Amino acid sequence: MNKVMSNKFVIALYTLPALLLILVLIYIPIALSGYYGLMDWNGIGEMKFIGLENYITLVQDKVFWTSTWHSFLLAIFSTVSLLLYLAVSLVLASKIKGSDLLRKIYLIPMLLSSVAIAQLWMKIFDPTNGMANKLLEWFGMENTPIWLADPAIALYAIFIPVIWQYAGFYILIYYAALKNVPDEVIEAAKIDGANPLQIAIKIKLPLISGVFKVTIMLAVVGSLKYFDLIYVMTGGGPNGASEVMASYMYKEAFKLNHFGYGSAIGFGLLVICMLMTLLTSKLTKSNDDVQY
Amino acid sequence: MKKKAFSALLSLALMGGIVLGGCSSSSSSSDDSGKSSGGKTVVKMMHLWPEGSSKAQFTIVDDIIKDYEKANPDVDIQTEILGNEQYKEKIKVLSASNELPDVGITWAAGYMQPFVEGNMFAPLDDIVQKDQFVAGTLDAFSVDGKPYALPLELNITPVYYNKEIFKKYNLEVPKTYDEFLKVVKTLADNGVTPITLGNKDRWTGSMWFMYLADRIGGPEALNNAINRTGSFEDPALVKAAEEITKLVDMGAFVKGFNGLSNDEAKGYFMNEQAAMYLMATWELPNYTTSPDVSQEFKDKIGYFKFPTYEGGKGNIDSYVGGPGVGLFVSEQSKVKEEAKKFVAYLVEEWGKRSVVDAGVIPATVVDTSSGDLDQMYIDILNDLGNATNLTLYADVQMSASVADVHLNQIQALFGGQTTPKEFAKTQEEALAAEE
Repeated sequence: MNKVMSNKFVIALYTLPALLLILVLIYIPIALSGYYGLMDWNGIGEMKFIGLENYITLVQDKVFWTSTWHSFLLAIFSTVSLLLYLAVSLVLASKIKGSDLLRKIYLIPMLLSSVAIAQLWMKIFDPTNGMANKLLEWFGMENTPIWLADPAIALYAIFIPVIWQYAGFYILIYYAALKNVPDEVIEAAKIDGANPLQIAIKIKLPLISGVFKVTIMLAVVGSLKYFDLIYVMTGGGPNGASEVMASYMYKEAFKLNHFGYGSAIGFGLLVICMLMTLLTSKLTKSNDDVQY
Repeated sequence: MKKKAFSALLSLALMGGIVLGGCSSSSSSSDDSGKSSGGKTVVKMMHLWPEGSSKAQFTIVDDIIKDYEKANPDVDIQTEILGNEQYKEKIKVLSASNELPDVGITWAAGYMQPFVEGNMFAPLDDIVQKDQFVAGTLDAFSVDGKPYALPLELNITPVYYNKEIFKKYNLEVPKTYDEFLKVVKTLADNGVTPITLGNKDRWTGSMWFMYLADRIGGPEALNNAINRTGSFEDPALVKAAEEITKLVDMGAFVKGFNGLSNDEAKGYFMNEQAAMYLMATWELPNYTTSPDVSQEFKDKIGYFKFPTYEGGKGNIDSYVGGPGVGLFVSEQSKVKEEAKKFVAYLVEEWGKRSVVDAGVIPATVVDTSSGDLDQMYIDILNDLGNATNLTLYADVQMSASVADVHLNQIQALFGGQTTPKEFAKTQEEALAAEE
């Protein structure tokens, strides 16, 4: 078997199927969408080459930049909420009673499909019959908000289910990482007289900082290309108040038949995501000296 | 060594499976239509009524095909059926590669335009009998006076209302807009939601605006603005927008309407939390034949025509509405004549069966005397017969990008994020830019 594995030809042969799939399903489409971005195309008729016109329009398109800003807002919110997830996992990992059950409860939203979550929260946000407003009325609030219909708060209203949706995923990652912190280190700290808070901040956190960095990256990139809940809950409305980059791309390409421009937006989204990935990895690199 | 050869072979087989798997589906569908098995002429048809979700429509089409094949033994009709959204996607892909089916389903006006311009659809003027269709329906499928598809469905939009709520507050069905405003005010004062509206979908609010525009300025005002013989800044259209703003300020519409989809808004009407609901006649089964709705609720529901506006040019028998889908014949088809014959037959038969069997109002003139129809259908069909005008949904009349501007402006107008003047101006600019 070792002989087989050292044969370059066989290695190439074995990686070929996966490589082909990745090429056909990921890299070629990316290149193609960059290419379609150079076209004036309605998705039905013939393509017309128009050079960089779509990309120039894109740079000057206010709606695109507003959507980009919304995507960045989501990225900021989800990065900040990582701290919340971390706090929850610290508690869960510290052998409290019922942590098993709690962990499963936090995992539930991860098991639901995005569309189900969206439908659920649309019911909660219903201005007249929804749970959110019933609760506010019960507390005596009179002019209850109209949530998804109010351009000023629609976007933030969607952030709540988004943050709830990913809680399980990140808590699971942190929980696993925290469980991997060796017991002897913690024992030693305890013997030296450290209290639980000190153990958490000075021992556990530095030891899982690598994982934390990865999750920041995941949260940032995931938020920038976020689509599902926004598409189902508001469709980017009212009037673009909750439009993000991906929903704007979908709208241009599939609703307005601007496939060329939609491809250009998609390519812009890719560039922005790559830049942010680079930036995040640069920013989080500084304290790389703490190694597990 | 044997092992190595085996694994190499296996991986080759796997790869082959992947590559060939990708091709297999296209190779079977790409064999030429035309003469095939047993010398029969094959006509390929695609439609969007799967047996699972649209059983009534599926059965009608299926029966019609069987009858046609019986009458024309040398013809073989092959169908491919997809759900609504997949159908829309697939038809675009097929047309891009010039592989449209011989016969298929299309939507009117703005949706159809690019296909006609790209020479994808065959003109059907040679098989059309104009008096067969309800006035105005064929126009929606015509470009430069030539029909490129034959309409199957027709919908108009009455205002449905809850008789019990009306009775509770001693309200009469309004004939004029002033009476209508009084109804709205009484309901709002009593804490009842007067009108439910799912304006997240935007075309729902557009229908309110269209009716007001029609009643104030007559059907020409809006039509001319869209076909560019007039302007969107027409005083009648601005006035209509002002009336919308007034209604919103009176609390006429359900709370948070801009965040509710049409289905959610409909829930308020079905649960008797709102008194009125402006929607097309595709809702009729819910108030008549649908087994999922209680008879008690059905008995409470009536409808009225959108009231007239005092001093306005519009007539109470003018409707907002339009045909739903129509049948096209592909320009590239090798069996164009056969396909046209089949389309003509299908449209005629569909007209005879669709109301009774599926509760769908056809675009062809219906004989109401035969068959046992629910009273509401008979009333609506009679109203249709007396209709003086049918204004096609504004967003369907416009091209996709202008429609998007229109719909966004509707949402902004209802939401108070724009003034009636700006509302008109923005749309005028969008329409003018496309001329």
